[in-house]
Amino acid sequence: MNGFGNVSGARGLTALSGSESPPSPGSEPGTVDMMVNMGPQHPATHGVFRMELRVDGERVLDLVPHIGYLHRGSEKLCEHELYSQIITLFDRLDYVSNFNNELVLVTAVEKLMSVEPPPRAELIRIIMCEFNRIASHLLFYGTFAIDMGAMTPVLYNFRDREKVQALFESVSGARMMHNYFRVGGVKQDVDADFAARALTLCDDLERGVDDSDRLLSENAIFIERTSGIGVISGEAALDWGLSGPVLRASGVPYDVRVEEPYSRYAELDFGVPVGSAGDCWDRFYVRILEARESIGIIRQAIALMEPGETMARVRQIARPPAGEVYAHCENPRGDLGVYIVSDGGERPYRLKVRPPSFCNLQALRDLTVGHYIADAVVILGTLDIVLGEVDR
Amino acid sequence: MTQTDPPSSENFPPGESDDGAAARAPRHEPETPQAAVALSHEGEALALALPDALAIYGVDVGAAIDEVVCRVPVDHVVEVCRQLKDEPGFAFDYLRLLTVVDYVEQDGEFEVVYHLYSLGNHHKMMLKARTPEGRPSVPSVTGVWRGADWYEREMHDLFGVDFPGHPNLVPLVLPDDFEGYPGRKSYPLNDYEEW
Repeated sequence: MNGFGNVSGARGLTALSGSESPPSPGSEPGTVDMMVNMGPQHPATHGVFRMELRVDGERVLDLVPHIGYLHRGSEKLCEHELYSQIITLFDRLDYVSNFNNELVLVTAVEKLMSVEPPPRAELIRIIMCEFNRIASHLLFYGTFAIDMGAMTPVLYNFRDREKVQALFESVSGARMMHNYFRVGGVKQDVDADFAARALTLCDDLERGVDDSDRLLSENAIFIERTSGIGVISGEAALDWGLSGPVLRASGVPYDVRVEEPYSRYAELDFGVPVGSAGDCWDRFYVRILEARESIGIIRQAIALMEPGETMARVRQIARPPAGEVYAHCENPRGDLGVYIVSDGGERPYRLKVRPPSFCNLQALRDLTVGHYIADAVVILGTLDIVLGEVDR
Repeated sequence: MTQTDPPSSENFPPGESDDGAAARAPRHEPETPQAAVALSHEGEALALALPDALAIYGVDVGAAIDEVVCRVPVDHVVEVCRQLKDEPGFAFDYLRLLTVVDYVEQDGEFEVVYHLYSLGNHHKMMLKARTPEGRPSVPSVTGVWRGADWYEREMHDLFGVDFPGHPNLVPLVLPDDFEGYPGRKSYPLNDYEEW
């Protein structure tokens, strides 16, 4: 893709404009605004994301985000695939929370076809999605700490995330691109010892989340770097269409699992952590609390599990009736939705994803302007974007 | 499986399947089944309230699966959105999704779809406006919800729909010099022939 060198021009900021004139003798020494380009190959941008910063010394005066380096036309591609094949494409949107992506697609198609998956399948899905949420948040704690120069936490987080992925592998056959959920259920039932292993894993993860909490949350340097940085009010967050932990950190208790319960979330008892300040520390800590709630959800779901079918009786090649449907689920990054227009065929007429990272990233400029360059990295870290989903 | 295999019993009633010629006689194609449309209580209340509140704009209120659908003339999109956001009875403060659907083959039009949600009232609805294919143009709603910014830029990239009033309608997901509108149905998926 070209456009790498496009630092100035219609799309970006104009470099060194305006204030280049040398200071007149006798007055205060003038300053010159400088352009800093970050990305698309930059470790702190968590993928192929580029931002142009106009800085005055260390202070960010303006920021222009550039996306599209990973644009694969997934939505167009979906229009040419069978519904069962689209599941694999959804795995590749937000590639650190694959189960949650699969869930939103199969939920939408089931809603369109009025198919009810068996209760056991729904609980397996919930358990997988919540484990995936914890795995995704663990990755966030670690990479976020690296953004601030703390090398150690990520090692512990990867240790625990690896255990989750080992469980995923034993259930679905793959560590990441699972292709496990089906329209009407799941691919196959879990093993007999699944419940025992999942409960052991819950204990491990509880300790892992506590470790991250103890390593970071009350650390003086960590608080100094995150508290009061990148503040966004609840009202502005709604206006930007933010969702997930980023929105809840600003005090808006919007969680799709509670707001419009899907699957069997209505039967489960869990809290929705909300922040108050809407700064980077709140966005971090909301995710710590959320992971603990997820562990509680998994334990309840395992207790509810009973033997039974894991697949409803549906055609192998799903053929939903003509109509349109919007379904959405609470992804680790926010409100992931999918809008499907069906013309009654085996392939969707139009499929559009509501990508939470895409919406959250829009607010980056508002959050960053006025802070230091080093804070820009921290603020981007708390948005926890996945470029596979931003660009699609 | 070869072409001469007997047709499966799923598609043909028993008794006919042995007789190849009879089975292959043209059958009556059933009409495309339509998805069942049902609204929740909140949805029904909203569907009743909308036509009166927006009567001056000539809206048409219908329903999709669990969702109120309101069609609005393209010139009034911004006024309708503004009213839906500001009127306390609606208070649609959250723009979930903005997208374009290509109906050029059927009707020669593009349809812009807004998915709205109200956190206070727990209402949701789809707002739809149609614009002809020649110069597709829909007023920008970035003044109502700032979150519409990137959605509109993306749709401008992929479908070539213009959003007058948008502060910065430059390419977002495509390169600056990209030609064509790859979201449209008329744009081929592959530019190579599969062999």
